[in-house]
Amino acid sequence: METLIVILVGILISIGTYLILSRQFLRIVLGASIVGHAVNLLLITSGGLKTGSAPLLGEKTAGFTDAIPQALILTAIVINFAVTALVLVLCYRAYQNFGTDDMEQLRGSEHE
Amino acid sequence: MITLYIFIFLPFIFALLVPFLYKHLNRRAHTGWFVLLVPLSIFIYLVRYIPDVASGATFEYTLSWIPTFGINITSYIDGLGLLFGLLITGVGSLVIIYSIFYMSKVREALHNFYIYLLMFMGAMLGLVFSDHLLVLYGFWELTSVSSFLLIAYWYERKGSRQGALKAMMITVFGGFGMLAGFIMLIMMGDTYSIREIIANIDVIQGHALFIPALLCILLGAFTKSAQFPFGIWLPDAMEAPTPVSSYLHSATMVKAGIYLVARMTPVFGGSPVWFWLVAGIGLITLLYGSLTALRQTDLKALLAYSTISQLGLIMSLLGIGSLAVYFGPGESGTVFTVATFAALFHLFNHSTFKGSLFMVVGIIDHETGRRDIRYLGGLMQVMPITFTIALVGGLSMAGLPPFNGFLSKEMFFAAVNDVSQAGIFGLSKIGMLFPIIAWVASIFTFVYCMIFIFKTFGGVYRPEKLTRKVHEAPLGMLISPIILGLLVVFIFFFPNVLGKYILTPALTSILPMMPFTPYDVKISAWHGLNLELLMTFGVIAIGFILFKTAKRWIHIVRSYPQGLMLNHWYNQGVSGTERLSASLTNRYMTGSLRHYLIYIFSFFVLLLLGSLLLFHGIQFDFSNNAAISIYDIGLVIAMIIASLTVLLASNRILAIVALGALGYMVSMFFVIFRAPDLALTQMVVETVTTVLFLLCFYHLPKLKKSIDRIPFKLTNLIISVAMGLTVTLLALAANGHKLFEPITAFFENAYELAGAKNIVNAILVDFRGFDTMLEISVLTIAGLGVYILVHQRSKRREQRETE
Amino acid sequence: MKPNDVILRSVTRVAAVIILTFSIYLFMNGHHHPGGGFIGGLSTASAIVLLYLSFGIEKVRENIRTDFKKLAAIGVLIAIGTGTASVLFGKPFLTQTFGHVDLPIFGDTELASALIFDTGVALAVIGTAVNIILSISEDR
Repeated sequence: METLIVILVGILISIGTYLILSRQFLRIVLGASIVGHAVNLLLITSGGLKTGSAPLLGEKTAGFTDAIPQALILTAIVINFAVTALVLVLCYRAYQNFGTDDMEQLRGSEHE
Repeated sequence: MITLYIFIFLPFIFALLVPFLYKHLNRRAHTGWFVLLVPLSIFIYLVRYIPDVASGATFEYTLSWIPTFGINITSYIDGLGLLFGLLITGVGSLVIIYSIFYMSKVREALHNFYIYLLMFMGAMLGLVFSDHLLVLYGFWELTSVSSFLLIAYWYERKGSRQGALKAMMITVFGGFGMLAGFIMLIMMGDTYSIREIIANIDVIQGHALFIPALLCILLGAFTKSAQFPFGIWLPDAMEAPTPVSSYLHSATMVKAGIYLVARMTPVFGGSPVWFWLVAGIGLITLLYGSLTALRQTDLKALLAYSTISQLGLIMSLLGIGSLAVYFGPGESGTVFTVATFAALFHLFNHSTFKGSLFMVVGIIDHETGRRDIRYLGGLMQVMPITFTIALVGGLSMAGLPPFNGFLSKEMFFAAVNDVSQAGIFGLSKIGMLFPIIAWVASIFTFVYCMIFIFKTFGGVYRPEKLTRKVHEAPLGMLISPIILGLLVVFIFFFPNVLGKYILTPALTSILPMMPFTPYDVKISAWHGLNLELLMTFGVIAIGFILFKTAKRWIHIVRSYPQGLMLNHWYNQGVSGTERLSASLTNRYMTGSLRHYLIYIFSFFVLLLLGSLLLFHGIQFDFSNNAAISIYDIGLVIAMIIASLTVLLASNRILAIVALGALGYMVSMFFVIFRAPDLALTQMVVETVTTVLFLLCFYHLPKLKKSIDRIPFKLTNLIISVAMGLTVTLLALAANGHKLFEPITAFFENAYELAGAKNIVNAILVDFRGFDTMLEISVLTIAGLGVYILVHQRSKRREQRETE
Repeated sequence: MKPNDVILRSVTRVAAVIILTFSIYLFMNGHHHPGGGFIGGLSTASAIVLLYLSFGIEKVRENIRTDFKKLAAIGVLIAIGTGTASVLFGKPFLTQTFGHVDLPIFGDTELASALIFDTGVALAVIGTAVNIILSISEDR
């Protein structure tokens, strides 16, 4: 199971990276979202999969699955949402101001 | 005792009040009057320590700050600290009185000025009273920062900004060196405390890091005290308002380097490297400073170079005095103890006469609008009191009786004569250079003192060259230089009062190994007709001839080529470095986001994949894997299809739906992996994110069919596949090797510890509450960022709307 | 945002109530069962967003007169406040405590200061999420 998920993560990261490297804003944001999902899956895999029951002490079972990755992912999901929102707004503001969504045309000028 | 801390931090605390005082009371009274209370009260407080410290007592108070790392603010009052503390607050009081009349209460931003000044004062007090090396370093850099702010006080002037930057660059550069030296000292002595390091001296002196630490610490001291060749910042620092020059750049801050050398003498003294560097650089600086001072026509620049040269004198005396550590108690040791004593004595004297001279220049500048000796002359008749003060200070600096400079200069001559006879460290060969250089430099010193006094006040009065109508300065401006001038004379007649109560205790803290009966060293004006006195006669005679014939030779000194000046090299170096780094940076900083991402990804791949290969990390262990059910495979395939759809979609709605599907499938996996909290959160977030994307589509252009060329796509493909491969290999390798026991067992006590049955929630709100708190802060900040981005109307749109 | 969809509106009328009730359940239960501040807050936010989507901004604003930016800030302040409160009792910052109380109807109930902290989290999440969606949809 772990191997399967890890391979899935690899594929997702490849696709996400490819999108991030493209020219258009929207593709970059989409790519970042995919990478976010991949990383969350990777985190939960690191705690071991399908072992023990859900980390709720009310359950009467012998062992619990690792709760730390879950706590990490929970915050990651929420932060991911806020960051996606910020980047999206940043993108469309840039589009409104400069009239293009092509990263290569938006590149900065020579440094001082 | 808490009062000590209150007094040391008083300047900082008071600085907080200054803006309010300035805002509400400045119209009625100059802000300086309130600020004056600070140094005055600290001065009086410190004076109470004199009797105890003079009888050999030291005081120590510890305030714990970061106890886990052993960082405590230990205040330590001994003779040396007290001497500096008295100088800082005493001269500080006088300078503030002077500034009240110098700085206009209407035109100047006084609150800034006094805040910086108080910040400096507090930093300086902290510096001399702290025993902890890192705290000392912190205060040291704070003095650099406040000096920067004060030099750049008139920041509209280009010269001020440049001077400030230069001073900052050089002193902070030295400060870093000093930090490195301190860290080596801490490693060697295994303690942060200066006193404990001095107590463990035997361990340190044999250590391999002894010489590197010595060099690094001296770098800090030399840059701060403007020693050759780092002294070039001091003349440029003269762009500061004159009270600042007189306070920071002659009396206190530049002496921080001297303080450091004195403090470190028990540690490093006795080593030949220390002796040669401190004494040698000191002598070179003395000669360089006095020679360069001759060339100056600007009075402040002249005083700046003279300060450099006098600091060199004190430094060389400390170097010579460090031989006392080598010889230890005994006759030779005592001889060099006197040299250290002379260093402290001259340090004090220099503060008095140079402080008054700077104030005199400030008065001349203030009253005539000029400070170039080519325009000045004959001021004696219009400003008699100022002239008298200048005469007292100038003759003291030249080393004439009956002024205190004479006494310390005689002791300096005695010290260089002694050292030429010492016969160690190779002194028998070139020891004779010491008295010769000292003597030549003294002649130059004499000449520039004469130039300072008589080119300004003597000669013909030419009012047509001055921009203002000249008259004597107001009384308030004269008070401080008069007090300093009186001290100059007083110390000549009663030097032993100072020696007994202030200098001897300071001496005991520099040379703790010497057996002292207090009041050991007696200063007297008359030693009989000895070599030193003959040298002084020679200085006066030759100096007088040189001064009288100055017109014939001064142009030779002034014609020294610009290209060979240290300053020129410094400027070349700075602009060269700027050009080099700009061209280097522009080469890879292309401004294209994609390039930067490519750097990041390539580095990631190279580093991780490389180290995996290098350390044979690619070993897999699948034995602990959980079983795969058929649903899992279905989900995985569906996810891959969804993500490929996002990649290949030419329609943005399709892409976003596919992304949403991907998110929901991730939450399905969370269900399978027994993470109900995550599944719920992911589901809700995915929904809201989809809404977010759809809303933003209104503002965003449609997805374009990718029109990129093949190499562009190929690069992206290679990098993205490499990224995926790296992550996969790394995760597989990591999964097979669990190096540490999971700490999750601790959190399974959640019910006993936090009263919660949901472990994830207990981690979030209780165990790691701090993280969550910061996280929601970040969340809120991001939300506000969105709000601001949306509501801040772009200029272009406003233009469009107005048209 | 002015949709004119009868089905959406009628469904929303019912769904919003259900989602809001469920989100309060999730939030209150978070200490012992799946749920908590983040989830409760997010689902509340989604309910509000749903209302906005189906009824339009103006109409909802007439009925919910909350400044969501301030709500987020209040949430963060509550979270920091619970942390500071523990300092007042001489404990390290953000130490949480809990106790059991016998309440008349509910019986043996656990009261945890973590719940107050979680309220802060929930408010911050609601405030931020709604604020983001609102800001973007208002930008015309």
